[in-house]
Amino acid sequence: MNKKILFIPLIAFMILAMVFATQLVRNQGGDDPTKLESVLIGKTVPEFGLEDLAEPGKLYDQAIFKGEPLLLNVWATWCPTCYAEHSYLNKLAADGVKIIGLNYKDDRNKAVQWLNELGNPYLISLLDSDGMLGLDLGVYGAPETFLIDASGIVRYRHVGDVNDRNWNETLKPMYQALLEEAK
Amino acid sequence: MKRVLLALFATLAFSLTASATIEVYEFETLDQEQQFKDLSNTLRCPKCQNNTIGDSNAELAQDLRQKVYEMTKEGQSEQEIIDYMIARYGNFVTYNPPLTLATAILWVGPFSVIIIGFGLIALRSRKNKSKVAESKQEWDEEKESRLKALLEEDKDGDKQ
Repeated sequence: MNKKILFIPLIAFMILAMVFATQLVRNQGGDDPTKLESVLIGKTVPEFGLEDLAEPGKLYDQAIFKGEPLLLNVWATWCPTCYAEHSYLNKLAADGVKIIGLNYKDDRNKAVQWLNELGNPYLISLLDSDGMLGLDLGVYGAPETFLIDASGIVRYRHVGDVNDRNWNETLKPMYQALLEEAK
Repeated sequence: MKRVLLALFATLAFSLTASATIEVYEFETLDQEQQFKDLSNTLRCPKCQNNTIGDSNAELAQDLRQKVYEMTKEGQSEQEIIDYMIARYGNFVTYNPPLTLATAILWVGPFSVIIIGFGLIALRSRKNKSKVAESKQEWDEEKESRLKALLEEDKDGDKQ
């Protein structure tokens, strides 16, 4: 009667295969399905009071995020990907991009030594040794980079290393737009 | 024999204490302990793809367990702690996510598959029935007489 019906499973299989293939190709292009979208987008940076990484006793709070667009980079010496992105952050800082560093659950001495040896791309380095600001930010794996606008609102979160490709493709245009906005 | 048994018991006792010292959380009330256990088994570790924070040894899971422990000790309710986690890690962090537009397909999907499936079966069986009825109608007197004629012919052929 209907031989066409017999082709339905084949067609369904082909559609599924296509869907999977598309996603796999996208994964290869850096679209990692394990990445979580930040809940904080559109909200202000959580309140905190943290010490400076190099100067014990010097305290900072959320007011440092007001005034101009900034990147907030969450890093640690135990994180190999942070090492990989560090030279790129140095390059960005040299280009005038303003970055605040959050040293996340790390050893203070090691972190200071790391910055001395590899260069310091950060305007301010915060020390979050027990990871409480990290928790408030919803950090689930270093490195993470938050894009924060001039009024201290989180606009974007990037999980993983910042490199030439994702900087130019996504982060840079957004950062430039925030700079325009702030004018 | 006694010695062997004694040694066996000793090792048993030893391994029990060993596994209990991995993490010790002390609670004032049984309710709090129960709440902590429940939350450890319903909150999902954001770093891991499919582990509860109680299951996972990831550092983040340990931190979240610690946070749940502290909040439980402070006397916060289960819902308050879940809300706290969702405010930071999103709905991914709970194994019991609310019904939103994005999760609607998970709820509606299975039902729609069942409904569409039964619908198709019903439609097809109806079609088949009407076809059977049609073919019965086609069998009219004209065909009946033709059949008879043919049968007669056959009989005649046999006689020859």
